[in-house]
Amino acid sequence: MMAALAHTAYPRAAQAEAASPAPERVMTTRPAANAAPAIEILSAEKVFADGTRGLAPVDLTVREGEFLSLIGPSGCGKSTLLSLVANLNEPSDGRLLWWRGGFDGVGAEGRRMSVVFQDATLMPWLRIASNVRLPLDLAGVRRAESAPRVQAALEGVGLGEKGRSYPRQLSGGMRMRAAIARGLVTEPNLLLMDEPFGALDEFTRNKLDADLVDLWWRRSLTVLFVTHSIYEAVFLSTRIVVMAARPGRIFAELTIDEPHPRGDAFRRSPCFAEYCQRLSALLTEASLASDPATTEAGA
Amino acid sequence: MKRPLIRDPWVQAALPPLLVGIVVLSLWEAACRGFAIPEYLFPAPSVIAASLVQNGPDLLRALWSTMRVTLIAFALSTVLGTLVAFLFVQSRFIERGFFPYAVMLQVTPVVAVAPLIIILVRDTQVALVICATIIAIFPMISNTTVGLRSVDPGLANLMRVYRASRMQTLLRLRIPSALGYFFAGLRISSGLALIGAVVAEFVAGTGGRSAGLAYEILQAGFQLDIPRMFAALSLITAAGILLFLAMSGLSRLALGSWGDPERV
Repeated sequence: MMAALAHTAYPRAAQAEAASPAPERVMTTRPAANAAPAIEILSAEKVFADGTRGLAPVDLTVREGEFLSLIGPSGCGKSTLLSLVANLNEPSDGRLLWWRGGFDGVGAEGRRMSVVFQDATLMPWLRIASNVRLPLDLAGVRRAESAPRVQAALEGVGLGEKGRSYPRQLSGGMRMRAAIARGLVTEPNLLLMDEPFGALDEFTRNKLDADLVDLWWRRSLTVLFVTHSIYEAVFLSTRIVVMAARPGRIFAELTIDEPHPRGDAFRRSPCFAEYCQRLSALLTEASLASDPATTEAGA
Repeated sequence: MKRPLIRDPWVQAALPPLLVGIVVLSLWEAACRGFAIPEYLFPAPSVIAASLVQNGPDLLRALWSTMRVTLIAFALSTVLGTLVAFLFVQSRFIERGFFPYAVMLQVTPVVAVAPLIIILVRDTQVALVICATIIAIFPMISNTTVGLRSVDPGLANLMRVYRASRMQTLLRLRIPSALGYFFAGLRISSGLALIGAVVAEFVAGTGGRSAGLAYEILQAGFQLDIPRMFAALSLITAAGILLFLAMSGLSRLALGSWGDPERV
């Protein structure tokens, strides 16, 4: 049983198809194509203070239960797009909806959002357990309630014994796990991740990827994931959005229609290699489309 | 199993400077005796030590007087400097408006301002404290300001994602981030407070019961009692070292849990 590679290349970025995946496909994986949208990016555009166009108007819908990866050459605006969704940045034009509402509704039951950054961004003066507890402390959760949740989150990432350590006493991989535990302790519905494993060695990265996809599956999370790695994107995602630069825009889309849970068997399968080749080809096209010489000649 | 004394880290840290000190003092003593250098030109360490013992009560009273000015000025610099730093980080306008004047305070030599302050302020002790504070406050202001601004942008974003209030961000992020700089400021400022106190005493030349070590040095100079001059000088140095060690210890105590404060 081999799923067809679904691929749509857009001549221009702002196309409404991005919001509605092919309706006739039989889903062997979650989410259903008609799942409710978690994030809707509606013609969001970002022009920086120096006049560069970080993002041309982008339309994208992240549906509940999706594991959506953003991939593309550097400068394609994937991190900018993520920061818009995290509300750390405001679009110059266009708008975003979180669960069909404004950002004010984020944080309510069923609409919780967490961010895991490129670095672990742990506070060096706090023990791991206190770092993980930070989101709960900020929300005013009492210690009696937060302590077991923190411990559970730490155990969930395999750091159950490390709560009393300081960040500098842990390896890079462990620090990243702690950051993920902090992201999960609020029991989010949507997890935003900006190249979280970029600084780690490949072995650790594969291990954390496997843990992450397992977590996503068990907890019915929605994940928006920025990465540089083709293999990581294919292994993790239900859908991959390829972006191009100058200006940052959506270039193509690839659906990875493979059943979950995925394991090493999927990594070694021929269809995994096929997906990787397909994605690699799309990325090459996206890079060519991002080349200043090519784009200026075209304009 | 007991470690040999020579391997003890404390001994390892203290031994080299101790050896250098003993060698220098021995050479100094030997040179003074060998070349028969008169006491009133350059006294031997043994003569200075004898003078220290002989003039002990007077010198200690003077030391206390200087230290009192130093400590009050240091405390004032810490409190006022930190308050000013908190004001500075509240708004760029306040910082831009006032920072040049803080620099002005710093670059004007206190020796040049001291006579004015001593004329303007009737109580000499108060005048001394003002002079010493003017010198000592700048590193507190600049270090604490830099520290409060030195927040890791990733952590700042994290606080925003979790919708931390201004107060939560201040208490949980800004103040802890600033501590390393704050303690470095304390170390510099404590030394400057002592310098300020001594310099101001020189200018004021206060005698009587509240005379400080600078007055002792001046008097000893007038009387050509050079050993006494050296004795007073050694006390100032000892006081400075003590302050520095106390501040280093304090910062290690406070920051010890998250690494080397010198690196912050």
